[in-house]
Amino acid sequence: MADDKSNAAAYWSANVKTIAGCLVVWAFVSYGCAILFRPLLAGIPVGGTDLGFWFAQQGSILTFIGIIFFYAWKMNQLDKKFGLEE
Amino acid sequence: MSQFAINILFVGASFALYIGIAIWARAGSTKDFYVAGGGVHPITNGMATAADWMSAASFISMAGLLASGGYANSTFLMGWTGGYVILAMLLAPYLRKFGKFTVPDFIGDRFYSNTARLVAIICLIVASVTYVIGQMTGAGVAFSRFLEVSNTWGIWLAALIVFLYAVFGGMKGITYTQVAQYVVLIIAYTIPAIFIAMQLTGNPIPMFGMFSTHTESGVPLLEKLDSVVNALGFRDYTADVDNKLNMVLFTLSLMVGTAGLPHVIIRFFTVPKVADARWSAGWALVFIALLYLTAPAVGSMARLNLMTTIYPEMAGDVEDYSEAAQEPILYADRPDWIRTWEETGLITFNDLNDDGRIQLYNAGSEDFAPIAAENGWEGNELDVNNDILVLANPEIANLPGWVIGLIAAGGIAAALSTAAGLLLAISSAISHDLIKTMINPKISEKGEMLAARISMAGAILLATYLGLNPPGFAAQTVALAFGIAGASLFPALMMGIFSKRMNNVGAVAGMLSGLIATLLYIFTYLGWFFIPETNMLANTPDNWIFGISPLSFGAVGAIINFAVAFTVSSVTQAPPQEIQDLVESVRYPKGAGGAVAH
Repeated sequence: MADDKSNAAAYWSANVKTIAGCLVVWAFVSYGCAILFRPLLAGIPVGGTDLGFWFAQQGSILTFIGIIFFYAWKMNQLDKKFGLEE
Repeated sequence: MSQFAINILFVGASFALYIGIAIWARAGSTKDFYVAGGGVHPITNGMATAADWMSAASFISMAGLLASGGYANSTFLMGWTGGYVILAMLLAPYLRKFGKFTVPDFIGDRFYSNTARLVAIICLIVASVTYVIGQMTGAGVAFSRFLEVSNTWGIWLAALIVFLYAVFGGMKGITYTQVAQYVVLIIAYTIPAIFIAMQLTGNPIPMFGMFSTHTESGVPLLEKLDSVVNALGFRDYTADVDNKLNMVLFTLSLMVGTAGLPHVIIRFFTVPKVADARWSAGWALVFIALLYLTAPAVGSMARLNLMTTIYPEMAGDVEDYSEAAQEPILYADRPDWIRTWEETGLITFNDLNDDGRIQLYNAGSEDFAPIAAENGWEGNELDVNNDILVLANPEIANLPGWVIGLIAAGGIAAALSTAAGLLLAISSAISHDLIKTMINPKISEKGEMLAARISMAGAILLATYLGLNPPGFAAQTVALAFGIAGASLFPALMMGIFSKRMNNVGAVAGMLSGLIATLLYIFTYLGWFFIPETNMLANTPDNWIFGISPLSFGAVGAIINFAVAFTVSSVTQAPPQEIQDLVESVRYPKGAGGAVAH
C-alpha cells in the first residue's frame, strides 16, 4: 500500500513537471514572442513583416498543437511507466 | 439556375443530412443524451468539439475583426486556441476520470457543497444564455441573406432546425451532426480562401500565401497592404500596439474563458478513456486550426481586395501612393457585390463631397486630415460592416455561384452547431444538476429525460425571443460570457484538481469574488446590466484602471478568485478525508471506466 502511494505521488509530480514545462513554452510563444518581445524580434523579417507578427497570427497556434500532442504522448508514457493506464 | 435556387439546394441538402443523422443517432437513455453513451472516438470527438466551439463569430466575424484590426486583433487567434492547451493539461483528463456528466456535478461534489453547485449552475446558465443569443442572431443573418426571407423568419427557421435535432438526439445526435457540420463549414471556409490566395499570390495555401509575394505588384503581400492602408491614413496593418498589458490580459481572458466554457468541457466526457480525452483536445485544436490559420489570410487578403477595388490604381506596382489615392472609383462603376450588399444595409455609401466617387479613408486620423482637405475629401463615404467580409468574399473574388451556396450552408452550420451545444449544456444543468441533484433526487430516468427535453425547448424559445428582440448589447455579452466562465468556473475546476487543501468555503468565496469583481468592472464601464447611460465611467482607455479594458478583465477576475480562495481556505478547516481521496482518484487514469450513470 505504501508502495502504491509513493508510486502515485511520483506519477503526479512527473505530471505536474510536464505541465509546468509545457506551460512555459505556451507562455513563451504567445505572451513572449507574439506580444512582449515583438520589438526585439523586429529585425527578423518574415514575408513582408517580422517574426513577432508571424508568431501572433500563425506560429503560436502551430506551437499549441505541438504542445498538446507532446503532452498526450508524454502522459501515455508516464501512465505505462507507473502502471496507471486504463 | 439562379443564385437563390443554388443556395436553397446547398442549405436544404445540408439540413437533410443533419436531420437524417439526428434520427439515426437518437438518444435512448440519459447517458446517450448527456454524454453520447461515452463511446465517441477521440478524432470524431475532436471534430465535433471544433464545430461546437467555432461559432458564427469564428466563421463570420473573425476574419473581419482581423481585417480591421490587423496585428492588434491577433489576441482572438491566440486566446481562442491557447485555451485548448490549458484545457488539455489542466482540466479535460481529470474531469473525464471523475466520470460524471456536467460541470456543476464536479464542482458540487468536489466542494461537498450545494451552494458551490448552485453558483456553478448560475454561472453556467448566464454564460451559455448570453452566448447563445449571438448564435441565433448570426443564424438569422445568414438565413435572411441567403434564403431571401426576413430576419424574423430566419431566426424562427434556425430555432426549428436546432429543436428538431438537439431535443430528440441529445448529445449523441449533436455529436454526429456536429461532425457533419464541421465538414461543411471547413470546406465552405477554405475553398474561397484558396481561390483568393491563388489570385493574389499564386500560392494555393492561404496561410503561406499571406506571407508570400503579391503577384500584381511584386512586393510581399503584407508590405503591400501596409503601404495601401498607410496611404489612406490608417495604421499599418502589421503595426505593434502600445498597451501591451491590456493585450496580454485580453489574450489570457480569452484563454481561461475558453477553458471554462461548459459546453466545450462537457465534450470531453464523451470519450471512452482518460488518454482519449488528452488526444481529443489535440485533435480538436488541429481541426480548429484549419480555420484559425486560414482566417488571418482571409482577413488580410479581403482588406487588400477591398482597398484595391475602391482604388484600382493602388493594385499594381505603385510609385506614388498619395497620387494613386486621389483616384477612387466612380460610384456608378461600383462592382455588383457592393450593389448586392447595399440592399442589406451592411454597406452604405454617402457622397459627402458630391463628386460621384467613393472616398474610403480614415477620417478619424488627425495626421491625415490636411491631406484629405487638400484632395477635397469631406469624410469617409463608404461604411463596410466587418461581418460581411467572409460572406461577400466569393463575390469580391468573382467565384462561381456554387461557392456562395456553400458559404451559406457553412455559416449556418457554424451558428447551429454552437447553438445546439450551448442548449445542451443549459438543459443538462437544469434537468440534471438543478432538478435531479438538488430538487428531486427520486426522479426516474424517463422523468429526467423529459425534464431535459422540456428545459431545452424552453431554452430554445428564450434564445429565439432574445434573438428576435436583441437586448442591444449582444456584442458586449460575449465579453460577459467569457468573463464569467474565466473568472468563476475555470479557477474552481482547476483548484478542485490541483489543490487537495482547497475546501468548500474557499471555493465558494473565490467563485463569488471573481464573479462579482468581473461583473462590477464590466458594469462600471458598460452600464448596469448593459442599460445605456447607467455606466459610472465613460468606457475610454483613460478611465480604465491600469489601462485594462472591461473585455480583458476576466483574467484579473480569475486571479482574484485564486487569491481569495487560497486565503480563505488556509484559515478554515481542511476538506474531509473522502474528498481528499476523491481528488487523489481523479489524478490517476487507472480505473476510470465509463461515465458513471447515477
